[in-house]
This record gives sequence, C-alpha cells and structure tokens, in this order.
Amino acid sequence: MASVPTAVGAPAERREGREKVTGTARYAAEQPQPGRLHARPVPATIARGRVTGIDTAAALEMPGVLTVLTPENAPRLAEPDDPTLALLQDSRVPHHGWFVALVVAETLEAARAGAAAVRVRYAAEDHDVTLTASHPQAYVPEEANGGYPARSERGEPDAAFGSAAVRVDAEYRVPPLHNHPMEPHATTAHWDGERLTVHNSSQGSTAVRATLAQMFALPEERITVVAEHVGGGFGSKGTPRPDVVLAAMAARHTGRPVTVALPRRFLPTVVGHRAPTLQRVRLGADADGRLTSLIHEVTTRTSRLKEFVEQAAVPARIMYASPHSRTLHRVVPLDVPSPSWMRAPGEAPGMYALESAMDELAGELGMDPVELRILNEPDTEPDSGRPFSSRHVVECLREGARRFEWLSRDPRPRSRREGPLLVGSGVASATYPVQVWPSTAEARALPDGGFLVRINATDIGTGARTVLAQIAADVLAVPLDRVRIQVGSSDLPPAPLAGGSSGTASWGWSVHEASSQLAARLAEHSGPLPEDGLAARADTTGKADADSPWSRHAFGAHFAEVGVDTVTGEVRVRRLLGVYAAGRILNARTARSQFVGGMTMGLGMALTEGSTTDEAFGDFAESDLASYHVPAHADVRDVQAHWIDEDDPHLNPMGSKGIGEIGIVGTAAAIGNAVHHAIGVRLRELPLTPDRVLAALADRGGKGR
Amino acid sequence: MKTFDYVRADSLEEAADAFAARPGARYLGGGTNLVDLMKLGVERPAALVDISRLPLDTVEELPDGSLRIGATVRNSDLAAHRAVRDRWPALSQAVLAGASGQLRNAATTGGNLLQRTRCPYFQDVAKPCNKREPGSGCGARDGVHRDHAVLGHSAHCVATHPSDMAVALAALDARVELYGADGARSLPAAEFHRLPGDRPEVDTEIRPGEIITGVVLPAATAGVPSAYRKARDRASYAFALASVAVAVGVDDGVVTSARIAFGALAHRPWRARRAEEVLLGAAPTEAAFEHAVDLELSAAEPLRDNAYKVPLARGLALDVLARLTAAART
Repeated sequence: MASVPTAVGAPAERREGREKVTGTARYAAEQPQPGRLHARPVPATIARGRVTGIDTAAALEMPGVLTVLTPENAPRLAEPDDPTLALLQDSRVPHHGWFVALVVAETLEAARAGAAAVRVRYAAEDHDVTLTASHPQAYVPEEANGGYPARSERGEPDAAFGSAAVRVDAEYRVPPLHNHPMEPHATTAHWDGERLTVHNSSQGSTAVRATLAQMFALPEERITVVAEHVGGGFGSKGTPRPDVVLAAMAARHTGRPVTVALPRRFLPTVVGHRAPTLQRVRLGADADGRLTSLIHEVTTRTSRLKEFVEQAAVPARIMYASPHSRTLHRVVPLDVPSPSWMRAPGEAPGMYALESAMDELAGELGMDPVELRILNEPDTEPDSGRPFSSRHVVECLREGARRFEWLSRDPRPRSRREGPLLVGSGVASATYPVQVWPSTAEARALPDGGFLVRINATDIGTGARTVLAQIAADVLAVPLDRVRIQVGSSDLPPAPLAGGSSGTASWGWSVHEASSQLAARLAEHSGPLPEDGLAARADTTGKADADSPWSRHAFGAHFAEVGVDTVTGEVRVRRLLGVYAAGRILNARTARSQFVGGMTMGLGMALTEGSTTDEAFGDFAESDLASYHVPAHADVRDVQAHWIDEDDPHLNPMGSKGIGEIGIVGTAAAIGNAVHHAIGVRLRELPLTPDRVLAALADRGGKGR
Repeated sequence: MKTFDYVRADSLEEAADAFAARPGARYLGGGTNLVDLMKLGVERPAALVDISRLPLDTVEELPDGSLRIGATVRNSDLAAHRAVRDRWPALSQAVLAGASGQLRNAATTGGNLLQRTRCPYFQDVAKPCNKREPGSGCGARDGVHRDHAVLGHSAHCVATHPSDMAVALAALDARVELYGADGARSLPAAEFHRLPGDRPEVDTEIRPGEIITGVVLPAATAGVPSAYRKARDRASYAFALASVAVAVGVDDGVVTSARIAFGALAHRPWRARRAEEVLLGAAPTEAAFEHAVDLELSAAEPLRDNAYKVPLARGLALDVLARLTAAART
C-alpha cells in the first residue's frame, strides 16, 4: 500500500482527452437516432408586446417540415419556477429573441428554411431597454443573486467618508457580457412511451431532470438526462435552457426523437448574460492609507420575466477592513433578455470596480497599491465578523510581486515609453467564496481488482472525471488506473451542478466518503468479492450544507503588464500573472488550465468583450464570434498561474477550494490599472477598446504632457 | 427548404454561360462570406456557379514589370508571394491583417473584393437595411454604428467595406480585370467599389454576370515603399476600426509619388486624392503630412458614436507616412 503514489495533486491527464481531440466524443446534438427530427425556434422580432397571429402555412408546405409548434398547439406545461422556460404557453413577448414558434422538420436545413417562412404578427408595445442609475423604476431588492442581502451597512459610512482625509469617489461601468461557450446549447430528446430521455448540454443534469419532471408532470424515475460531454458553459448551462424544454415538447408532439441545437446567433437573448452594472465606489482613508469608509453601490438591470441581481457589491463585504461600510444593489426591470450567471457572477464586475478604486486610492495616497491592500487586510470577515478558515491574499500579493518583479517598476504613471508604446503594470486582488452542496456517490470494488465510481457529476471541460478518480484512488490507496468513473447521467447517484466553483468540492466530498466506506468494508471482507462487487454509497446531506462558523473564500492576486499603442489606442497585455490561495490543488494540470482560462476570460472582459444593447430593437448588436470579441490567440501571450498551498481543515475532506472562477475575478482590474499606469489617464468603462483609449490619450494630450 | 443548383465551371465561358442560363445565380469562390450569408438568409441564390477551380490560380510576372494575381489565388498564397512581399509589401501586409489563417487559406482574391459589409443590420433579415432590402430603411444610422462610415455615406447607408486587401489594392493603383458577356475589361481598384448614394444595394461597378479574373499590380508602384496599418479591437480576426495603405516615393527631398487609401471609413476603400495632391512635390515633413491628411479628413461626417475614427485614421496615416519616409528625411 505504501508503494502507491499519491494521486491527488498529481498532474493527471484528462481521461476523455483523446476522445475529444479525435472527435469521437459525442455531444448533445450528435445523437443520431432512427427517425430523428430537427427543430428550429422562431425568435420574436419585437422587444415587448404580444403575438397576434402566426401564419404557418408557407412553412408547412415546405418539403420536410412536419409541424410548427405555437402557443395554439404546443403541449401544455406546468408553470416552471424559471419563467424563461414557459415556452409556447402564451402570446406574450417579454423581450426580443423570445421564442414564439418551433418548426420541426426532417432535416436541419428544412427546419431552418421552415422557420424563415413562418410569418408572425405582433402587437408591439413601447419598450424600455436603457439602464441608467437614476431610472425611476430602480429599486433595492430583498436579495442579490446567491441569496446575499441586497443591502448591508456598518457604522456611519457617509459621515466617515465625508470626514476622511483622502477620498476616492468614482463610477465604473461594465457592459453586458456573454458566456458564449464553444458548444452552443443543444438537446436531443426522445420519448419511449411515458419515458423521456434527453441528451442535453448542461452543467448539471440532476436539476434538469427535476425541472422536466415538474414541467411535464412525470416522476423523475421516468426521465434520464445525459450530459456526457459538455463544451463549456461558464454559467449559461447552469440551469435548464429553452432547448431542453423545446426538444422534449417537440419529441412528445411528434412521437419521434428531436434535436434542438440553438444557433450561435440565438444565444445572446435566450441563455443569459452578465447584466451590465453601473457601480459607484467611495473609499475614505486616513492619511496613512487605512480605510475609514467603503461604500460600493451597484445599479444593474433584469428582465421583466424574473429578478436576477448581479451581486457585484458583495466582494466589498469580504475584502478590506473598514469600520464603516455600505454595500447596496439596485435593480431596474427592463424589456431585455433575462440576465443570468456568468463566470464569477458578482465578483468579476464588482472586483473590477473595487480593485480599480483601490488603485485610485493608492494613487491619491502616493502608496504602492500592493502595500495599500496589505495595510487594509482584515482580521475577520468585515461584514460578518466571522474568522477566515484560511486567507492568504497577502501571501499571494507578495509572491506575485516577487515573481512579477513588481518592485522594479517606476510607480509614476506614464513613466515608461518604448517608441510609440506606453508601458504600464497593474495589480488587483481576487476573491471567490467557497461553495459546497450535498451530493451522493457510489464506489464499488469489482472482482477483477478494479473500482468503479458512479456519480452524476458533469465534466464541462474542467477535468472533473479525472480529479474525482484521483480522489477515489487516494482514499482506496490504489493506483489511479484501477479506478473507473462514470459521470454525466441522471441515472447515476444524484449530484449538484458544475457551478459556483463548487463541483469538485461537492462531488469530491461524496466520492471521498463513499470510497472511505468502501475501504472500510473491504478491510472487513475476506475471500473473493461477489460477482457484482462490493459497493458503498454516500450522501453528504447534513455535512456539506452544514452551517460553517468560518468565513471561507479563495483569494488571489493578479499582476498585468500592458503596452498601449499611442497611435491607435490598442492595448495588448504583455504579461499576466496570477497567484492563488485556494486550499489544496487536486490536479496541477487541470487546475492550471482553469486558472489560465479564467485569466484569459478576464483579459477579454478588460479589453475586447462587450455586448451592445440595441435601443431601437432591444437585442444585442453582437450575435456571432466575429463581432463578440473573445480574445484570439494573438491576444493571449504570456499568462502564468501559480498557487500557494493552503492547509485548511474547515473545507471538505480534500481540503480544496473552488478554482473555476477566481482566475477571472481580479484580471480586468489589474489590466485596467496597468493601462492607467501606462497612459496616466483613468478609464472607468469596460472594455478598454481603441476608441476609448485614444480619446483618453487625446484628453491627456490636451492637458499638456 | 431553399434548394439551389450547383454548377462547377471549368472555363470562363462555361461559367458565364452557366450564370446567364440561371436567373438568380451567384458565383462561388472560397465561400467564406457567401455561404455565411446564405445561412443567414441574406443571400438566397437560385444557383451557385463554382468558379473556384477555374485556371485563375496563379500569380504571373508580366514583361512590363507588373504582376497579375489570378482571381482564385487564395489569400494566404497571395500574402506569401515573394514578388508581392518584395515590391508591393502593403498588399501582403493588408491580406495578413485580415480574417484568420483558416479563412485566408480558403478565401480568394476575387471573393475578397466582393465580400459584403459586416453591418449587423445587413446581416439580420428581421431588421431594416437598404442594402439588403432597398427601401426598408437604415437601422445603423441612428442605431449601433461604432464601426460604420465617416466618409461618403448617405442617408440610405452608412456601411463600410470590410476588406483589408482592397484598401491596399486601391492605394497601389491596381486594376481589377473582368470578363463578361461584352468581353474583357478592367477598372481601377480604387473605383471598383461604389459609394452608397441612393443605391446602397450595389456595392461595386461589376456588371451582372461579370467575373473577376484577376488583379494587376502596376509596374508604376513596384518597389515604391509601401505599408499597411490597421487598428482593431483584438489582435487577430477583427475587422478594422480604421486602416491605411500608403505608397510614397521621395527623391531629393521631395515627394515624387503619394498614394494613400483608408479602410473602414467608407463604403469603399477611400483613396485620399486631396491629400496626395498636396503632398506631391512637397517636402516630406511632419507638417506637410499633417496638412495633407487633415485636408483629406476634413470631409468626414462622423455619426453619433464613431467620431473616434477620424483621429484614429489620422494617426495611422501620419505614422505610416513618417515611417516610409524616415530614411529620406534623415
């Protein structure tokens, strides 16, 4: 036993990597079944109103078109908890792009042509899609996303700010952002009598099954949801999306298997987006740089369908010691598509504003921004007063500064010129909460000496299969290759979704526990194993969701170096370096990929990504990957991720914190701060595109160099 | 389903005949734009006449020192061609600044010239667009138009032409060679694309059924120092916010030839004739360049949200002019 190398922590390769790179991994739309049909939704072309008539005659005459589902003939569904799934149930159009009909055809091409031939008449109403901080319908909700109170106040923040020796009062804007996973949302559904099977591109099929059961009034045992391979989600597949409901409806209506694969152009309006935020941050400090007041107020928008409040002011409750503080969210319901989760909801936009403001404060104080952060390090979580289970943001800042050679920089803005380029560097901290949910898992010892772990975890490209097998191998004290694993089907033991950076912690806990129980049973067992092996099943309910007296968060620090072209205003990130303290790192290879991926997405948030709400039409102007600019390879040069090992006994049996999101959190602020250092002008609206940077450079030029 | 005929032509004559015999036909080159537009429902051809295998895939050095680039030469091959890189570097640079490696491997010279605007209203059949559907209105003029035209636009259309390559061809005095029912003819590349006026649905001067057979780079611009520079939102695979192609000759302290074309500012590559005129015979000084470029851009009429394009284009032009004349100025 002692000879078995420890699997956890090792850079084990993704188990499904070969299948993916050779194209043999099957995704949700790639499920050819006899008689399979294709369905194409028809999106509304108005932002608000009602459908008054749908003329399907031309579509139905087309060869290959079987039927057109509309509110008149679509199967009735029970009212879902998520109103964005109440599809084809009534004539209301809550936003542009809302699906008003579904064309079902023998081929994808026929479905597309049929959809183009459907004529929809509307009674359009005036719409309002414009978010302003002074919008008359803005209100303070009970809660922001994640169940956080929308408002939190300590002490007398306004008075303390008013009397502070040094003050920053700044407004930051983050535009709508889109998840745009590589694999668009897709579902293949088929009914076998009263039994429904769907292949669905989802971050968590247990919840998809529950939703389908409720909407289609079926017992969960009669539904199987498979999500074997998922080409990314970034939050947009964290809840069931229209494709799965439409596919199940169409399959029931026609009695044949149906695939609904949403085209890229439909995604912006129907699978969520990061809502835009208007953020005002006020920081008051004494002359030494100690914060006396921290006020972070966020105005965001939601749809008319549901209240989703991007929790951007929440990280300010965690980050800095300040005796006086107010964090507040206001939301405006507008005639816009429903926002939803996108990688690090709350933290990503909120820390852009807070960490930009901290950089501004450092400038006001003439302090090093690393030292300012360290000076304001809290002893306990500022809002709750709870002790941190572990917090090593200072170590991340110090280690990052050392690796980045931060101290060699001239802190004066606009102090480094290389020909037409202005070069600058910036820093920002990051935080992301530890989230963990109850999960079940089964571990089985087989007579052939192998082991099988079964759990409805979802591998959305993170390497979940691999790391769960590593956890089991270590508990069972066997080589990694003896452990097989099954994930991605709701027929497996139920498990929560891959979201909130909670997957590995939640699933891993139950795998750990099932494996421990199995190891104990094996220790007691003598003689050969029975034919179907020996199994143990764990359920972490009551443990994983037990209230913790600890404030549990991952932390990190980001450092960025940019070159700003003074001719074009183009910003290119030359170096991006992150250091993270996220508990125990369970797989060095896949963890690095998560961190680097998050940082790359943060680079896009800083420089290139943004969706434009079209005020006339109520949709987004960018609807493909040619116009929605995720970073191209040429934008991503030197990206490094490092970590500090933490030994935190208050997390889960593996000692891990989530790592899927923290990489994005401080990246945009670090890059923005680097741009300020480079050009000497503060830009407060993302993304930092050439038009904005050029205007800032001109502004600076006007004031004299 | 919208069906269409597909015909592969082996000769120009065959292609022209096939096109003439099929009302509503389109020629197909690399398909990198046309096929996208078909999927969007913007293009609904009755037939595709595939001309990508016509024997027009070579680059020929002609006896008079000019260079003929066949219409089906792939963008990647054009950019890599030794003669292009040596004597007309602005063209090579422009092609490489466009699209992505995969697209350049597929896209053809002729197809690049005939690609359509990427205006989002043009691409969405549910929205008004005079270019796609004459008389339906322009969604962009008062809508989302950060990427749109600042020069030469009309009440009917504010779209820009997306090609990088065409900008370099316009600056280098290239000619576009055409073949059609009336035989062969050629047009200056700078006059091949149109301004929108009241007929924005017509992008170019090409006649119905005509085929681009090639593009000729003239001896007159061979070896003249030239360069292309483009500003964009990301480092690769992004259309220009503004771009410029410049070819400028200096002899004995005087500008002897000046050719400047802007990209992404107008419905066609914008040949800066006024700037060129005042530069000819002038000393290649920063002041002269500024005067010339400002004179040209004084015609700009930015929309609500794209005024940045004017100083951006100005900066690009001044930078490239200074760079190309640096040796002559010292």
